Amino acid sequence: MIEENVSLPRIHYLNSHYGWKSWLFTTDHKRIGLLYMISITLMFFLGGFFALLIRLELLTPQADMFNADTYNKFFTLHGVILVFFFLVPSIPATLGNFLIPLMIGAKDVAFPKLNLLSWYIYAIGSLFTLWVVAVGGVDTGWTFYTPYSTTFANTHVIAATLGVFFTGFSSILTGLNFIVTIHKMRAPGLTWFRLPLFIWSLYATSIIQVLATPVLGITMVLIAVERFARVGIFDPALGGDPVLFQHMFWFYSHPAVYIMILPSLGVVSELISAFTWKRVFGYKFVAVSSLMIAIFSFIVWGHHMYVSSMSIYAGMLFSILSYLVAVPSAVKVFNWTATLYKGSVSYDTPMLYALGFIGLFTIGGLTGLFLASMGLDRHLHDTYFVIAHFHLIMVGGAVMGYFGGLHYWWPKMFGRMYPEWWGRLSALIVFVGFNLSFFPQFIIGYLGMPRRYHVYAPEFQVLNVMSTAGSSILGVGYLLPLVYFIWSLRYGKVASNPWMAKGLEWEAASPPLPENFLEQPVVTEEAYNYPIRPAQPTRHTGRLTSGLAQPADTTGKGREAEVV
Amino acid sequence: MTELTLLNALFSWAALAFRLPLFPEQASANAPRVDALYFFMLAVCGGVSIAIVLLIFYFAVKYRRRAPDQLAEEAHVPIALEWAWIIIPSLFFLSFFAWGALVYFEDAKAPKDALEIACTGRQWMWKFQHPDGQREINTLHIPIGKPIKLVMVSEDVIHSMFVPAFRIHMDVIPKRYTEVWFEATKPGTYHMFCSQYCGTEHANMIGSVVALEPHEYQAWLNGAATGSLALRGEGLFNKLACNGCHTGDAEARGPYLPGLYGRNVQLTTGEVIVADENYIRESIIKPGAKIAAGYDNIMPGYDGQLTEEQIIELVAYIKHLGKKYDQFEPVAPPTAPAPRPAGQNPDQTLPTGNVKPSATPPATPSEATSPRPAPEGARPKAN
Amino acid sequence: MSNAHSPIAHHFYTVEQQKEAATIGMWLFLATEILLFGALFTAYAVYRQKFPDAFMVASSRMDWKMGGLNTLFLIISSVTMVFAVSAAEKGRRGGLLGFLAATGFFGTLFLVVKYFEYKHHYHDQDVPGLNFHWAGAPEFANGAQMFFFLYFFMTGLHALHMVVGLGLLIWIFITAYQGKYSPEYYNPVEMFGLYWHFVDLVWIFLFPLLYLLGAHLPPGGGGHH
Repeated sequence: MIEENVSLPRIHYLNSHYGWKSWLFTTDHKRIGLLYMISITLMFFLGGFFALLIRLELLTPQADMFNADTYNKFFTLHGVILVFFFLVPSIPATLGNFLIPLMIGAKDVAFPKLNLLSWYIYAIGSLFTLWVVAVGGVDTGWTFYTPYSTTFANTHVIAATLGVFFTGFSSILTGLNFIVTIHKMRAPGLTWFRLPLFIWSLYATSIIQVLATPVLGITMVLIAVERFARVGIFDPALGGDPVLFQHMFWFYSHPAVYIMILPSLGVVSELISAFTWKRVFGYKFVAVSSLMIAIFSFIVWGHHMYVSSMSIYAGMLFSILSYLVAVPSAVKVFNWTATLYKGSVSYDTPMLYALGFIGLFTIGGLTGLFLASMGLDRHLHDTYFVIAHFHLIMVGGAVMGYFGGLHYWWPKMFGRMYPEWWGRLSALIVFVGFNLSFFPQFIIGYLGMPRRYHVYAPEFQVLNVMSTAGSSILGVGYLLPLVYFIWSLRYGKVASNPWMAKGLEWEAASPPLPENFLEQPVVTEEAYNYPIRPAQPTRHTGRLTSGLAQPADTTGKGREAEVV
Repeated sequence: MTELTLLNALFSWAALAFRLPLFPEQASANAPRVDALYFFMLAVCGGVSIAIVLLIFYFAVKYRRRAPDQLAEEAHVPIALEWAWIIIPSLFFLSFFAWGALVYFEDAKAPKDALEIACTGRQWMWKFQHPDGQREINTLHIPIGKPIKLVMVSEDVIHSMFVPAFRIHMDVIPKRYTEVWFEATKPGTYHMFCSQYCGTEHANMIGSVVALEPHEYQAWLNGAATGSLALRGEGLFNKLACNGCHTGDAEARGPYLPGLYGRNVQLTTGEVIVADENYIRESIIKPGAKIAAGYDNIMPGYDGQLTEEQIIELVAYIKHLGKKYDQFEPVAPPTAPAPRPAGQNPDQTLPTGNVKPSATPPATPSEATSPRPAPEGARPKAN
Repeated sequence: MSNAHSPIAHHFYTVEQQKEAATIGMWLFLATEILLFGALFTAYAVYRQKFPDAFMVASSRMDWKMGGLNTLFLIISSVTMVFAVSAAEKGRRGGLLGFLAATGFFGTLFLVVKYFEYKHHYHDQDVPGLNFHWAGAPEFANGAQMFFFLYFFMTGLHALHMVVGLGLLIWIFITAYQGKYSPEYYNPVEMFGLYWHFVDLVWIFLFPLLYLLGAHLPPGGGGHH
């Protein structure tokens, strides 16, 4: 981070219009991004609160805080809220909405009204879910497995599925908007292989959102209709097939894992580059690997069902495909590591999140290989090993990426810096708390503790206590940024590009102008074109050129307030 | 394989040294095969993870920004590296796949001579039927050294049979048979879990597998239980055909017994009482005294027909059915498999022959209709 | 441009850019629709394989003549839609309005026929969840109910798309009447055409799967006419 001597632009997207109407009827992608950010933050802390309650109950082997019903509702709401209402929209709908047009030099996304509509649809879905929380919950698990969800559960399944249905359509519209935006709104000269890797990863994410989510949507409607009308599409008593539901559910929900993690992979590529002042090594491989992940993600859903009476030959096919999808993920990790080599590595908060991300994503991905193995999955299926694995990806991966991205682009979004010392502290707390929460769960899982148990065998207790302790630390780590981010909105030091990072978004003002750029930027170089000093045996010879110290400002007006 | 054994030993040592279990017991023929794969992958993936983390640390420290304006240095990294880290991990992944598929494949089909035991899952209990007709709830007695095949079906939602010590796992699905088989190698009592979320009491859909020496299993089959009170009580429960009405089904004529002990019971009078030993005892000898709400007064009283010892055994069995982990008292395998000579104590001797519990009246309709899960509507595993 | 304000939205730079964006967006939307119906077609395939005979018997309770008539209506409406787009492209406002009206007419006819079909099925107690009663061979009861559930769900979803389509068509018609379209700008007409053809195409798949499957059997399928 460098000390900048800048002031805020006189007119920017935050102060160009005032009043609640200027927010609720805005079509500005930046404001919609912030609307999303506020909504998903609420959902994040609500879902996180349920997680803490779950962990508290698991402190002891007996059911001493909550009874079975309450516990079952807690883990269901925890899953539904955090998967569908936080993780899926998290990076795409907030950072993606805010940054895609800025990064590709456009004034807005291709369909601004659709963008606003998608937020409203998300809000409707959220209201359904909050209503479910208020009136007594739902207890099917976020997976809604039939026939439990259709015939046996006595909770608010219909409202919950409709909530998921709505948020699904919001996700589809976001993805559709992004694909068209990336195809048609790029600035002149911004060719595909000059795009930032964040754009590549969001493009891949959008493909999944557009093609997988409709299947989830219709499946949720089928559950609601089956409960409402007592017809038996998934009810074996009426000739239905409950396993068909699992196929339809995972056809979405496995790719959905990549909806959640791919954007984070993109964020980390940006961070690694910005905090080493270096081009990401193997740019094309990293870019294409995102697409490969998106494509393969559609044909691996069966690995959730090895022990669901699926034929072993189908299982083998899904197993080998699941290993293939791991290859592009591994490629990314190796390339990030190689990027550090001879870089100029700084330890600012976003970079701490990025480095933590790489470690956790690596371990999360590799433990996925255990579960992709049919022989091991027969033991590990539905145990805490699975829980630990996907929390490493979802929390250690997706959430860490989101937090890293938030810190990195915070000065871009609000023109002010968060307190760096507190940032690093929270990154550290999150990392420690996270590891303490989830590493014991691998062992608990291999020992054989099944998931969704509120009472468990006493021999699992020590590890569960460790996990609960970790979750409390993790909670503190997540609350800190909430506090200092809000603080920084008013008291943070004014900043424009404190990282001296490259990219079109940093050439716009901070905070950006209402239409981003005064005139359409023209791109003449590839992404991450940082100046490099020649390889030399001695250090400290290369110095930052003046070109980097004062980033080219194509708008010419980005810092007009400086002269005022 | 030596390094795998070494790792195994290391884990066992850690478990002993810190009283922290790290590793489930290996109690089936297939468990060492699964564990070998686990340790292989753990070694490879753990090694790779550590290497990457160390490399990141090394680079991050060595190439840290020493001056605020220090640029990155030109680096010549051969692009061939890209292909190396695409191809080499792929080969490892393929080996994981092949080994995992092999482990699964080897154990996919049960041997022809496997002992077939029917298993029915329902909210929230496991019911087992042995080939000779013995029935059990939440406990499964099996002989070691013999392949056992569970043919499973659910009466309601999807459950999943999971025995960690055997490393087996298979969903139990309504209207469709699924199979899983194993060969226990070590006598003992092992956890049995339902691992597929199945509703409110999912976490209490637990039980135990009791692996016995073959002759002990034979003795158990014959009802010559010399083990714990609960085990004797179970024999008695079957002999007296209590299981005819207390089937555990929703439409059963007798109340659901697992989990009864210590729970509040609402009576037909509206009164709520705690089901303690005395209540259970009274319900056996004078069933009409306190009737659980929703049931008819149809149970014959056993006053005078049972000795106190037998009542104690029955109560112990019913308490055992409701075990929670903290009061978990495993049904110990009989240590001395000496069947009592018949006639030594005619009143108390449990049936020593191959007497099926249902041979004694009163047989009930549900008893008669479903010794095995009804096949209609079900179809063979096909997908 | 006949109208006062420019048809280019503020965030686009050229008409071509805007048109291409809309076209890609529309095709992507249709892709999501394919997946939406695709899940249902998958369910249909699974259950038809599970209950082959019951599906055939249940299908014989469909009136394939009504279905055929509706197929005809939709094909005609697709043709008139093509003419409408062509008229818009050539700037013939009268032709555009006329063909749009024809498209709407046949679309409405489709829904009217569908209404009578549904009414008939309701009368025959064919509606799962409402009044389903199977008087035929009992071994077909589950399969037949599944067939009728899929029938109502799929054709219902299709009919919903028709209703949405007719709503859009009214909007297009009004804007066309106001003279908003020109050979330079007739994007909404073309995009609506894509949507309309897609909805027709779904029906082309639904018709044989639902109506013709049992058309060779005597009508009724053991029902209680």
